[in-house]
Amino acid sequence: MATSPRLRRIRRNWQLYLLVAVPVAYFAIFKYIPMANAVIAFKDYSVLDGIWGSEWVGFRHFRAFFDNPVFWTLVSNTFILSAYFLLASFPIPIILALALNEVRRGFFQRTVQLVTYAPYFISTVVVVSMTILILSPSVGLANDALGLFGIPSIDFLGNPDYFRHIYVWSDIWQTAGYSAVVYMAALSGVDPGLYEAARVDGASRLQKIIHVDLPGIMPTAAIILILGVGNIMAVGFEKAFLLQNPLNLSKSEIIATYTYKTGLLNADFSQATAVGLFNSAVNLVLLIVVNRVAKRVSGSGLW
Amino acid sequence: MVRESRTDRLFMVAVYVLLATFLAVVLLPLLYILASSLSDPNAVSSGRVTFWPVDFTLRGFQVALSDPQILVGFGNSLFYTAVGTFVSVSLTLMLAYPLSRRDFVGGGLLTRMIVFTMLFGGGLIPTYLVVKSLGMIDTRWALIVPNAIAVWQVIIARTYLRHSIPRELFEAAEIDGASHFRVLWSIVLPLAKPMIAVIALVYAISQWNSYFDALLYLKSDDLYPLQLVLRNILVLNTQSNGMDVATAMERQQLADLLKYSLIVISTVPVLLIYPFVARHFTKGLMIGSVKG
Repeated sequence: MATSPRLRRIRRNWQLYLLVAVPVAYFAIFKYIPMANAVIAFKDYSVLDGIWGSEWVGFRHFRAFFDNPVFWTLVSNTFILSAYFLLASFPIPIILALALNEVRRGFFQRTVQLVTYAPYFISTVVVVSMTILILSPSVGLANDALGLFGIPSIDFLGNPDYFRHIYVWSDIWQTAGYSAVVYMAALSGVDPGLYEAARVDGASRLQKIIHVDLPGIMPTAAIILILGVGNIMAVGFEKAFLLQNPLNLSKSEIIATYTYKTGLLNADFSQATAVGLFNSAVNLVLLIVVNRVAKRVSGSGLW
Repeated sequence: MVRESRTDRLFMVAVYVLLATFLAVVLLPLLYILASSLSDPNAVSSGRVTFWPVDFTLRGFQVALSDPQILVGFGNSLFYTAVGTFVSVSLTLMLAYPLSRRDFVGGGLLTRMIVFTMLFGGGLIPTYLVVKSLGMIDTRWALIVPNAIAVWQVIIARTYLRHSIPRELFEAAEIDGASHFRVLWSIVLPLAKPMIAVIALVYAISQWNSYFDALLYLKSDDLYPLQLVLRNILVLNTQSNGMDVATAMERQQLADLLKYSLIVISTVPVLLIYPFVARHFTKGLMIGSVKG
């Protein structure tokens, strides 16, 4: 039998296929079957009939969600939180990396780097409880500090107006140092000849940053921004869920937390899946749009 | 040597001030938690602690470490971290090695298939239904298997294997008649140790810090990892049943102190390894940023 070279290569490397078999099964079972399971968003899922036996209801669950009075609150909470988070968390690691890059390599630089990097390794549960403790109206550090200026104590987590700031800034506190490392790596890859040229041209330090450093990290920045957009809906969930309390719910209830509550606490599987699917679709569209924009602006994107 | 101009010197002062501010903003909350955890419960409750312990005591740690619930959680987390990391690293290498081979027919398609799962997923409930139908609800498997492979880690490992191990080594081994299993065992494992260490640490830390899968899939509290126990005590304010202290007042004060001590206890193991591995992490991140 005549075999193509392709087939021969496959046969010769059969062990590679044996190796990937288990990981491939993993992706099929835990990633692709759930995508297929998502058809229950278009059905009335009942445990007895199973996923495929349940009755089709078309877009009823989506319509129910769109008509639900909470829909606009959820969508706007999710969007505002995401946009605020992206806008605030994007420039700070860049500023930190540029500043670290200016100071001489030594004790001070290493200390700042080591300390700002560390919170990345603290779990979300712990960061949230630190936030709650520090902002606590009775014993918290924040209110003690305000007290020094004669400001009466504020129940930060009990007031919905503060929720977004707490969410965003505690996250920046945790991740800015980590994100800066990526930019530091990008900066170390900048061609030294460019610095040389800038010096010959008599550029000040600030001009050097603007004309050499910033263009040097642009591709990295674009990728980080795209990944940030792609992760928002996923990352946001755990933290919003933990920071949430009945008092701040009007601003802290986002699509992801709502999905969890409808789905697992109220056992409305189909409705929750429809909401989750809507969330994923929005996320995917966002990602595609940002990728396209980033490609146009900086010439580099994820694909 | 060119002398620094006035504006440049001024600029450098601004840079140092900025960095010092960053340092303070990150460090002070950590110091506050640490100081509180080492202070007298009474001082903590009355808000007298700032960045230095007041009436130094190890009371909080004693209470935390004598609480059965916390100890069980700690032990469970050790188990999940050890077993989970082993499973994750093994699966990641089994996928990354073939994907790093240019003669692996279908590798491009497979890469696209797994990267797609980073961009789009079925969602919480559809995944829950899979885990449920596999009978994993309320078993230790649920915390190890459903999130065993991180796509990002596979990409880092694949890129490393493709660019950092000379191709000639693989070719020589094949000429000598080594199978792919043999290559993986005798060449990849020893030569890729730095990369494997980085991947293992990333998996270990994320496993140690995760709570959400436990919240979703576990019902019996003797399986709870530490983070879920922490959430119940720290965020939900559930009193731990290990405390049998006389008066309600003292009990409340101890409960407050316990929170600070718990934060320190759960975080210290991770932060202790951190300075030793920070250098490798930086390297790992750079590997990840290389386009493959």
